[in-house]
Amino acid sequence: MKGLNILLAAFRALQRNKLRSFLTMLGIIIGVGAVITMLAIGQGAEYSVKEQIASLGTNVLIIFPGSQQQGGLKVGAGSMTTLTQEDALAIQAECPQVAFVSPDTRANGQVIAGNLNWATGIEGVGTDYLQIRVWDIQSGNFFTDQDVKAAAKVCVLGTTVSNNLFPDSDPVGQTIRITNVPVKVTGVLAAKGQNAMGQDQDDIILAPYTTVLDRLSRFPYLREIIVSATSANDIELAQKQITDLLRMRHKIVGLNDDDFTIRNQSDLASAATSTSQILTILLASIASVSLLVGGIGIMNIMLVSVTERTREIGIRMSVGARGKDILTQFLIEALVLSLIGGITGIIFGVAGSKIISGLAGWPTFITAFSIILSFGFSILVGLFFGFYPARKASMLNPIDALRYE
Amino acid sequence: MDANISSVADGINTDTAKVSAGENFSPGQVPVNNDLIKIDQLEKTYAMGDVQVHALRGVSLNVFREEFVAIMGASGSGKSTFMNILGCLDKPTNGTYILDNINVGSLSRDELAFIRNKKIGFVFQGFNLLSRTTALENVELPLFYNSTSTKLRKEKSIDALKKVGLEERIYHYPNQLSGGQQQRVAIARALVNDPSIVLADEPTGNLDSKTSIEVMEIFQKLNEQGITIILVTHEPDIALFAKRHIVFRDGKIKSDLLNAVPNKASEALKTISSIDDEVKL
Repeated sequence: MKGLNILLAAFRALQRNKLRSFLTMLGIIIGVGAVITMLAIGQGAEYSVKEQIASLGTNVLIIFPGSQQQGGLKVGAGSMTTLTQEDALAIQAECPQVAFVSPDTRANGQVIAGNLNWATGIEGVGTDYLQIRVWDIQSGNFFTDQDVKAAAKVCVLGTTVSNNLFPDSDPVGQTIRITNVPVKVTGVLAAKGQNAMGQDQDDIILAPYTTVLDRLSRFPYLREIIVSATSANDIELAQKQITDLLRMRHKIVGLNDDDFTIRNQSDLASAATSTSQILTILLASIASVSLLVGGIGIMNIMLVSVTERTREIGIRMSVGARGKDILTQFLIEALVLSLIGGITGIIFGVAGSKIISGLAGWPTFITAFSIILSFGFSILVGLFFGFYPARKASMLNPIDALRYE
Repeated sequence: MDANISSVADGINTDTAKVSAGENFSPGQVPVNNDLIKIDQLEKTYAMGDVQVHALRGVSLNVFREEFVAIMGASGSGKSTFMNILGCLDKPTNGTYILDNINVGSLSRDELAFIRNKKIGFVFQGFNLLSRTTALENVELPLFYNSTSTKLRKEKSIDALKKVGLEERIYHYPNQLSGGQQQRVAIARALVNDPSIVLADEPTGNLDSKTSIEVMEIFQKLNEQGITIILVTHEPDIALFAKRHIVFRDGKIKSDLLNAVPNKASEALKTISSIDDEVKL
């Protein structure tokens, strides 16, 4: 019997018992569908975890000035006054893997608005700061490059500051006094909540770094430069580019120590990513169980089919079918079942993940890998569980098969 | 069971006689002698639980080419067991069976399948057609297992169906055919591979007397065309259409007689139809 004939014969045999064939396939359909859907959900979860981590700033690099050494005594990171505004501009201009750069300096002071006052930190930053921190303006506007150039007396308030100074009114357009310097409020930041250390990130005022340097702290060096890499994967490269650039700019040669330190948060990112990968694997393994159960369903039905069609097997053998012809026939039938079930399962899995992402609002991702994996697995299941019944059929004695009632 | 092949008489070289599946049996092969079947001291023992049932107790028989043999006997006489062994559906416990110069006893399962496919056409009492499969596809079935091309398969099957007078009904399913027609499909299936021998196990057992004679007419016609036929029956009037009568009793051959003047099925049919006419009048 040649390939096409065997295939046609298998289709015909399955057609004769449509309901049973369908129910058998249902196991595989559900299995494959579940594997695809679960992998899609898992990968969607992985994606949203990555997104959220990115919003925490995993592609953020913070450059501190190096530690000061006096004799054998190291005073601690940030004690040196080596980072300048020009360093920040140079990083922006010359490091291709750097997306945004913001100088960062800080002053503390008492802030007064009307009859209320509040002690808080004033962060002097560039206009890219919000992009780097993935932060939004809730009302009003952020200050502009123009404001930075002119060291304009403008600022935006964090929600905590806003709530304390303007409990009942809109702060945008109002003027506050920061250590006796009058500053106009241009906007209010969106609430960001606590950071990993439990600090209130909203208890802050952002002002142009030039304003803070010139009018509030009068200290010409930057506390740090905050930088975001073009993507989380580019962090290493960006870090190297910045190191090379700053060493060159600061004229550090050979084995001499850097006069700055660069920190990143990639450890946090990789931990979170591996957690969500474990989640994906877990979901997929649960789904594979249903695929396995589907395979057992195939074996069950094929065994019934072999018993029920013992006479047919006898007839085929009596006209010259060899054991391997019968083996092939039943194996192909099992394979066709799992193949059709697999294809239908892929359709249902894709549709299912679309529906879930539509209803629950979760992101889902269907990858070629998950389709190939589940489809390949369903074929293996068909072969594996089809083999035993097929072999049982092929081992029958022709006369016993013919006499079977 | 094939340990003492060398003891077989008539000097058949068992080495050359043994066939392997895939070897070509060309119709032009010159027979060593005119014996199609040579059976010597065939025994078959079944184990039914703890009891040993001796179905065959030493049967020896030669069948020549173009013979038409009827095997008779009461039920339990071993005739069906004998037939199944002839048809390579079952293996003997002891003794030798040489079919067309091939020592069948020493063949593997696959080689036996090849013999069933190429050398033997089997017709059963219960027709044994595949249900929900057309007459044509039923007849094509043996050709599926020897890699005949699709075109040739269809041609040969239609030819075989013509020989049994069913060319009008090739696309009918078994449940759309009468018993006689179903048996003719089964005969066409037996003929489609041009077998050396047609074996029929009670082919008329499920048919009424007129249809039985119609089936016997087909067998007689095939026999006239040179096909060897062995049929098992317990109906003496059916046996009268055969040229040789072998009677089994208790697993042995009781008698083996030539029927010099077999009945002509075509004439018997004429008589029946004239009786039918009288009844109608």
